[in-house]
This record gives sequence, structure tokens and C-alpha cells, in this order.
Amino acid sequence: MAGNSEHLSTGVIKVQAKDVKKIYPTSRGDVVALNGFQLDIKENEFICVVGPSGCGKSTILNIMAGLEKPTSGEVLVDGKSVNGPGAERGVVFQQYALFPWLTVKKNVEFGLHLKKLPKEEIGRISDHYIKMVELQDFKNAYPKELSGGMKQRVAIARAYAMNPSLLLLDEPFGALDAQTRTQLQTELLNTWETERKTCFFITHDVEEAVILAQRVIIMSARPGRIKEIVDVDIPYPRTQETKLTRRFGEIKNHVWSEVYNEYLEQRK
Amino acid sequence: MLKKKVEFDWSGWLYGLISLGAAIALWMIISHTEAHVVFATPAEVWKAFLEGLLSGKLLLHIWASLRRSLSGFILAFVCALPVAFVMGWYRPVRLLLEHWVKFVKSIPPISYITLIIVAMGVGEAAKVTVIFIGSFLVMVINIYQGVRNVDNTLIKAAHVLGAGDISIFFKVVIPASLPYVMVAARLGLASSLTTLVAAELTGAQMGLGQMIQEASMYFKMDIVLMGILIIGIVGTVLDRAICLLERRLTAWQETRSI
Repeated sequence: MAGNSEHLSTGVIKVQAKDVKKIYPTSRGDVVALNGFQLDIKENEFICVVGPSGCGKSTILNIMAGLEKPTSGEVLVDGKSVNGPGAERGVVFQQYALFPWLTVKKNVEFGLHLKKLPKEEIGRISDHYIKMVELQDFKNAYPKELSGGMKQRVAIARAYAMNPSLLLLDEPFGALDAQTRTQLQTELLNTWETERKTCFFITHDVEEAVILAQRVIIMSARPGRIKEIVDVDIPYPRTQETKLTRRFGEIKNHVWSEVYNEYLEQRK
Repeated sequence: MLKKKVEFDWSGWLYGLISLGAAIALWMIISHTEAHVVFATPAEVWKAFLEGLLSGKLLLHIWASLRRSLSGFILAFVCALPVAFVMGWYRPVRLLLEHWVKFVKSIPPISYITLIIVAMGVGEAAKVTVIFIGSFLVMVINIYQGVRNVDNTLIKAAHVLGAGDISIFFKVVIPASLPYVMVAARLGLASSLTTLVAAELTGAQMGLGQMIQEASMYFKMDIVLMGILIIGIVGTVLDRAICLLERRLTAWQETRSI
């Protein structure tokens, strides 16, 4: 399965998860959220993670983001061990996490001000990314005036504005309606092809995973570990029409049945 | 952008007028029964009001009361802000102070007025201190709840955008708690007025509470009623003022319907 090799232009390892284990102590004993999670992500790669709820998908993302610490093992980004959050790793949350007291423009500029960039540059960068997500007409609006899809576009623009080399997306389209979701998928794919950032995308939507990713990681639950890695050998640019092709259907069905089996296992 | 045109709210005003008219009518009916001994008629109260106004005494009473309650309130607000933020942000400080704040808050200020008067005398300082304590505790509790309620996702979002603890405190925690600060200010102001009257009843040269106290000794019920109404009006006006400020400062809030 070498259909995507042209996109893995460098082949350099971007992220290395080494035997990551995460245990949450609870009143009813320890819960092993992740055990022996091992993964290499190449530069510019688009990875999607699917799996039943409670399989530790968000845990591994939070560890990569530096928001949580692994119980054992480590995550290396560009060869350096992750130890706390950093601006080179952008995160997009399912709940948008926009600052409600700031306008769209000020939200996008939040991290840029912390970087202490010159004013003109901050303005130029935020204009560029607000244009990228097509919200020029709303740059002075507050989040409460925006729809869910628009809010998530702002969050994506805010993450991109920091120019991260790795983008971590935690079910970013999970709260959106089907139409908005497909629209944002297309936009994200376009952005990925122009901006060339490594993407680690968590979703519970199998179709979404297959249309976006070069590799789909299927997780198994309790303790969370990788069950299977599926190469999606469908060339880019992918569009919504890609979903109608036979190959897409085959891969989607395969991933779907694996996830479903995992779900049945979990219920036993 | 997206600004809705504010239309004049006819029905709101109409019902407001009906409600006011009904209240005055009810007052008139009551004051024309045997209850008149206690309840002066609207006309008598109005006359007492005009007399007080013309002699200049009423304004002096209002000013004395306003100055006391506002200085107690403003002092309390200025002190409550840092204390509440530090309590919300640092666990050890919270653990040390929380129970005491809640304990003292559960004591009505009227019950320790005597203690403070014995300690500080009957002057202004004692009254302002009582008002300060009550108002301060109410505001600390509310602001600190706001700090504790800051959405954790926002803190995470700021973290991944490169914010350190200090930036998060000033750029996320403080603005996110602003709605609670405004609510706290309203409650603190209400508390300061409540305590004010209690403090003035214990003895003062001037002030609305003192005016009521004195009038009741001579059974001038028109002045008593007038004083009560003025306290209500002053409280309402101050509350509306904070409300307006709140609407300006926290217009970004999701739940606020304009």
C-alpha cells in the first residue's frame, strides 16, 4: 500500500509514542486508560484515531499536547520528550474553547500576543487565517454571535495562526451537524494540503476517519492500545465524491466492522 | 455587527404602570382603614417628602447614609477582589480561609454591631466597619465561586497557546470571572444597605435609619414610611446602575438575552 508515498515527502519521524501507559486512580481502584501505546507518526502525515469511547484516544492526545503526563513511557516530538504544552503543538478541542470575551480576531491573536510578535505581524497573520476559514465578515464578532461550525473554524484558525508543526484535533467536528461536518472536513483537507502540517485527529466517525487520514488507527478499549493500523491507499486530493468510490467503501466497511467488534467485546 | 435594533418595549412599560398604579391604589385603600394609625396615606407621605426636601434635612440624611454604605461597600469590594482571586487560585489559601469566611458570613451583622460599637465607639468608623464586614464576606464568597467555576477547557486552550500561569490568571481567569464579580457587587451593595439601616438604628446623628428611628419615637408614621420608601428607591437605583455596568462589561456572555 504505497498510494500515499508522495505525501510522506520526507519520511522523517515527527512523533514517537514509546510504550505509553496511563493509569487514573479512582475511588474504585485504578483505571488503565492506556497500556503499551506505541506509534510513530511521520512528518506531514494525517493520522486519524477511532475506537469505542473509553479507549484512551483523548488521553493519548492530551499526553502529546502536554496537558497530561504518562504514568510510564514517553512521547517524543521532533526527538524531544514532551514535557508540558508548547506552541509548536496546536490543539483543537471538541468544545471549541473560544474565549467568549474576545472577538474572533482577538481569539486568533491570543497566542500571537503571548509570543510577543510585532503588532503588524500579528495583524497580518490573523487576517490571513481568518480569511483562510472565510470569516472576514465576522472578525469583530463575539463567539456568542457565531454558529457551532463558525466557532470551530475560529478555533482552527487560532491553532494554525501559531504555526504549529503538529496539529492535535480532539473530535473537533463531533458536536456539529452532518452538513457542516462534511464542509469542514473538505476545508481541513484543503488546508492540510497547502499548509503541510502533521495532523493527529481523533474521531468516533469512521467515515470521517477514512476520508481524512492516510492511516487510521483503530484502538481497543480497557486498557487502550492499538488494535490495528489501516493504510488508506486513496490518493489526494480527496473530495466528498471520494466517499462514493468502491475502494473507500471497502476500507470504511473494514474499519467499521473492527470498531464494532471492539464495541461488542467491550460490552461482554 | 449583528446588532439588533432596540425597539421601545410598549407592553413592558404598560404593565409596569399598571403594577405601580395597583400598588398605590392598594396603599390608599389600606391607609383609609383603621390601619391608618400605622400606614400614612400617599398624600401624607408625599407631603412629608416635600417638607424634608425643602428644609434640606432629607438630602443630608440621604447623603449621610449613602456615604456610609458606599464607603463600606467600595472598601469591601476593593478588598474582596484580591482575597477571592487568591482563594480561588491557591488551594492552601482556600483551605485556610474558606471555613472562616462561610462561618462569619452565616452570622447576621446586626448581632455583632454591639461588639464593634464597644470596640470602636459610636462614630462613623464603627458603622462603616460593620457594613464593610457584611458586604466583604458576601462578595468574597461569590467572586471566589466564579474563579472556581472558570471553564477548564479555556485554561487548557490558553496553555496550549503558550500561556503560563501568570498569563492564564490575568488573561483567562479574571475576564472569565467577571460575570461573577458583577453579581457579587450587586449582592454586596444590597448587603451594605441592609447593614446600614441596622447600624444607624443603633444611634447616629444623621442618616435614613436615624431619621426613621427618631420619627417613630414621635409616632410620625408619614416620615417613617417615607424613609422606608427612600431606602428602597436608593437601593433600586444603585442596583440598576450596577446592572447597566454589568451589561456593558459582560455583553459577550452567551446566556445574556438583550
